[in-house]
Amino acid sequence: MMILKILFRNAFHNKLRSGLTILGIAVAILAFGLLRTVISSWYAGVEAASTSRLVTRNAISIIFTLPLSYNEKIRQLEGVKMVSYGNWFGGVYIDEKNFFPNFCVEPRTYLEIYPEFVLSPAEKKAFIADRKGFVAGRKLAAKYRWKIGDTVTLKGTIYPGNWDFVLRGIYKGRDDTTDETQFYFHWDYLNETIKKVSSQQADQVGFYMIAVTRPDLAAEVALAVDKTFKNSLAETLTETEKAFNQGFIAMSGAIVTAIQMVSFVVIIIIMAVVANTMAMTTRERIGDYAIMKTLGFGSRDITILIFGESLVITLTGCLTGMILTYPAAAAFGHALETFFPIFIVSTETLYLDVLAAILIGCLAAIIPTRQAIRIGIADGLRRIG
Amino acid sequence: MDEQKQNIVEIRHLFKSYHRGSLVVPVLFDITFNIAAGEFLALMGPSGSGKTTLLNLLAGIDKADEGSIRVGDMDITTLTETELAHWRANHVGFIFQFYNLIPVLKAIENVELPLHLTSLSKRERREHAEMALRMVGLDHRMDHYPQELSGGEQQRVAIARAIVTDPTILVADEPTGDLDRVSAEEILAMMERLNGEMGKTIIMVTHDPRAAQRAKILRHLDKGYLTDDDSQNPL
Repeated sequence: MMILKILFRNAFHNKLRSGLTILGIAVAILAFGLLRTVISSWYAGVEAASTSRLVTRNAISIIFTLPLSYNEKIRQLEGVKMVSYGNWFGGVYIDEKNFFPNFCVEPRTYLEIYPEFVLSPAEKKAFIADRKGFVAGRKLAAKYRWKIGDTVTLKGTIYPGNWDFVLRGIYKGRDDTTDETQFYFHWDYLNETIKKVSSQQADQVGFYMIAVTRPDLAAEVALAVDKTFKNSLAETLTETEKAFNQGFIAMSGAIVTAIQMVSFVVIIIIMAVVANTMAMTTRERIGDYAIMKTLGFGSRDITILIFGESLVITLTGCLTGMILTYPAAAAFGHALETFFPIFIVSTETLYLDVLAAILIGCLAAIIPTRQAIRIGIADGLRRIG
Repeated sequence: MDEQKQNIVEIRHLFKSYHRGSLVVPVLFDITFNIAAGEFLALMGPSGSGKTTLLNLLAGIDKADEGSIRVGDMDITTLTETELAHWRANHVGFIFQFYNLIPVLKAIENVELPLHLTSLSKRERREHAEMALRMVGLDHRMDHYPQELSGGEQQRVAIARAIVTDPTILVADEPTGDLDRVSAEEILAMMERLNGEMGKTIIMVTHDPRAAQRAKILRHLDKGYLTDDDSQNPL
């Protein structure tokens, strides 16, 4: 008990130095936590993706379309439970800074395949019934203060012109991992409008979403779909939704790696700062340790004192940093909602924070402990006075 | 045989040198002498004569190159570091020139500190520490931190810490070296009382003749050699 009392009092004896070190650790943990959360957010789409959903796109590139006629052929394949389809619309709201994901989809099947988009039965019914209707995620609607019945105009970037939609439903995510910033409207509305302008571009879809009867059939069904359209004018590439989303992440793999590296560099820097603090502290206390050894305390007690003090400082900084991470992440997530629709500090990040703090605390204490233990009592006592 | 029983410390042919890189600096040469139980011995000598080194050796905080040091029934030169630490905790009370109190502990906690290495209960530790502080007249300042006490008071706390375990010997290295004259007199009077009334064996290193005057036996060291035989204090 006395050893614990000494180590706690030692940790806060030099208030300015301990305070600044704790602040440094807190900022580092905050930076580490935010960077890890950015990485988690990057992968949020992958994590939220279902293994029982497949995405079929044009084998050449996602920018090329597939004929609508594939819908029926896919639906008839064994293992296919339901098929839906859609296009990336790429519209902007008022001006380009108001960017959010917007798709046209076949509404009935799409909402069946995506049960995580929770709509009331009345809203669902209203959306399906209204060809110019759309549904928006809760966060998106809140951001632009849209209410049910509001007319919203998107400016088409791929499909030129102003497109008017009526808000028929605001979906909520089934859980925290569901993106609530998306905008869905009827594929038919887009298709019919295109038909009037250029009939060649009509009846084309950007992707098919396929729900399989059992997740273990996913690979088999994917092969069957691609085989069906082999040697056609528009060959397909079918993969699980997870793999499809991962493909997108892979395009920005270098950025993710850079963020990961920066997050670890932050930890290494703060490790050096804490090691320096502990070295200074131990040098100052070498006399105290010599006195304790004189009185009969052993190397084990000295080790507990130095490691304990180091860990008290790093864990206090870590706890402060973790507490600060939540409001910082909320502000960061709000400011960059469009890019990171799911910006949640994960439990894994908190574990990593604590692990990093323990690692820093222990590594910073190793050399000072070695010095304190190795120094002879007589030499240590000579440093006093 | 009787005479041997009365000796609490027996030092035989003690040699000690320090290593400064490749340089070997001899400090003590063939030191042999005894200290009787209940004695108050002052070790005097000029700076660098080896007084503190000799004190450190017989208190078990440094190791001799050659020779033996028997304290009570134990030849401490044969003990390992861990055994020595245990032995020190039970048999030696330390009083230093700069008091050497732990700055983050209150006076009472400083005195209690060595008792944490014993099997005493928390209540017993507190009672012993309070009693020791009462003996040095500082029971009213037990909740003060060292920096809130004067030099003389800090040294009295250090004395309380030294006697709280009822050690076999008390070693004091320049106990009045950092004190004003009045405080120094108080501390020396206290040590005299510990020796005279409580029968504590005290070995004190000093180069202050006034401090040495309080001891019963005076030994001189010069350049690592004992320069006189056992004798009563001529001062």
